[in-house]
Amino acid sequence: MRVLGWLLWRLVLIFALPAVLVALWWQLSADSSHFLFRPLSEIWEAFRETWDRQRLVEDVLPSLNRLARGYALSLVLGIGLGVLVGSSRTLRSLLEPVLEFLRAIPPPVLIPLIALFAGLGDARRVVIIIAGCVWPILLNTVEGVRAVDEVLADTCRSYRIRGGRRLYHLVLRSASPQIMTGARQALAIGIILMVIGELQGTQDGIGHTIEQFQTSFQYAQMWSGVILLGLLGVALSLLFRLADQWVLRWYHGLRATEKER
Amino acid sequence: MLEVRGLHKVYDSHGRRVEAIGELTFAVEDGQFACVVGPSGCGKTTLLRCIAGLLPATAGEVWVEGSRVTGPPPGLAVVFQEYGRSLFPWLRVRDNVELPLRAARMPRAKRRDLANWALAAVGLEDAHRAYPWQLSGGMQQRVAIARAIAYQPRVLLMDEPFAAVDAQTRADLEDLIRSVWQRLGVTLLFVTHDIDEAVYLGERVIVLSAAPTHIKEDLPIDLPAERDQLTTRGDPRFTELRAQIYSLIQKSKQASPAPSKELS
Repeated sequence: MRVLGWLLWRLVLIFALPAVLVALWWQLSADSSHFLFRPLSEIWEAFRETWDRQRLVEDVLPSLNRLARGYALSLVLGIGLGVLVGSSRTLRSLLEPVLEFLRAIPPPVLIPLIALFAGLGDARRVVIIIAGCVWPILLNTVEGVRAVDEVLADTCRSYRIRGGRRLYHLVLRSASPQIMTGARQALAIGIILMVIGELQGTQDGIGHTIEQFQTSFQYAQMWSGVILLGLLGVALSLLFRLADQWVLRWYHGLRATEKER
Repeated sequence: MLEVRGLHKVYDSHGRRVEAIGELTFAVEDGQFACVVGPSGCGKTTLLRCIAGLLPATAGEVWVEGSRVTGPPPGLAVVFQEYGRSLFPWLRVRDNVELPLRAARMPRAKRRDLANWALAAVGLEDAHRAYPWQLSGGMQQRVAIARAIAYQPRVLLMDEPFAAVDAQTRADLEDLIRSVWQRLGVTLLFVTHDIDEAVYLGERVIVLSAAPTHIKEDLPIDLPAERDQLTTRGDPRFTELRAQIYSLIQKSKQASPAPSKELS
């Protein structure tokens, strides 16, 4: 009974503010006649009509697919290079200024350049996502790998724990809280770049669809696309939360006990 | 058998040269329990790290079981003072104990048996599935000891392992390590700054001088093999040995007022 009550309370906390905001929006926009700010009721109607099965398969899925590929490759690249750079002091001092410079470049300005190398197709849009996502993962991994505890490293040496076992049980697990921090930042960047990459010269994708509605003055439909992006963002961040709880269960437990003491 | 021959260690960093170990030569027989005491900052940890192959010596040699130490030797385990930092917080107790065995490619069933036995030997039968940070400090150090004995080392090094636990736990752990040593017949080198602890535990106490370190005295501890916190510590011979070592250390402190910075 107490668990049920707690669960109910949590649900109230989560949905209270969104519900109020939606209600307010609904009310305030009800008799809007502005061409851009359509009533929410009209947007809702457009949402149901626009994002049907066909659109989901032809536009939403390709977008998510590119995001997934770009994000996964960013994780592999960022963690892989991060472990290399973080493990070697020489490599670090050599590369750090360059990495900071590259990170400071906003990926959208690279779009023409990327198009030159990766063509105009699917690959280009994946590369744009990688160009933005890889940096927070890479730099956070470097930090995490640098901070591996010396006593734990000595423990591995004296018990002759080496190679892949050392890499996984010592280096990656030690760095996992920082890696997850980088991955969280990268996810937010990835969603933005997923849309930006679709804005020009593409045939499918959520960004492409939204732009089409905008240029054909279908503003209710356009807003429904924006809402869809918001909902996707929420869903992805919830998924990320679950992954984080699973990967870092030891870390959250450790932090909680440290707080108690 | 553990042999240290002419060990000399100088730290040289940023133009500051610190002579941590002057010259150390000693041997610990197979199955012996030797304690090393000395004033703080006398390079006890440096000595231990050189023996463990974690730190290269400036001059001299260390031999463990007939081979010269150039890196961490097989058959040698170390229990560090910082138990909280030497256990993997992302591994459960059992996996912490088993990881070195997995690295040694021991078959699963044998690993299981050894981990069960080692955890039982330190009184942690019920903690297999706990994470280290769910345990008290004393219990965490027990896990570290279980990991060391499951590894079945021929030489076991302990670096002030009980310095960070409370007095009551400390007495329990001292008795635990005596009984583990008696059962295993392992060669044990135990570094501590606590004179009482050294006399209570060891068959022999090596007293070090202040840095640059050399051996001040090498004392056999002729107390009965069966030791007990009450009777042994009440033994007049215990008090005598304790006083003798205490005055040696006091003298060595006055003789060379070395910087009291701990070299680790």
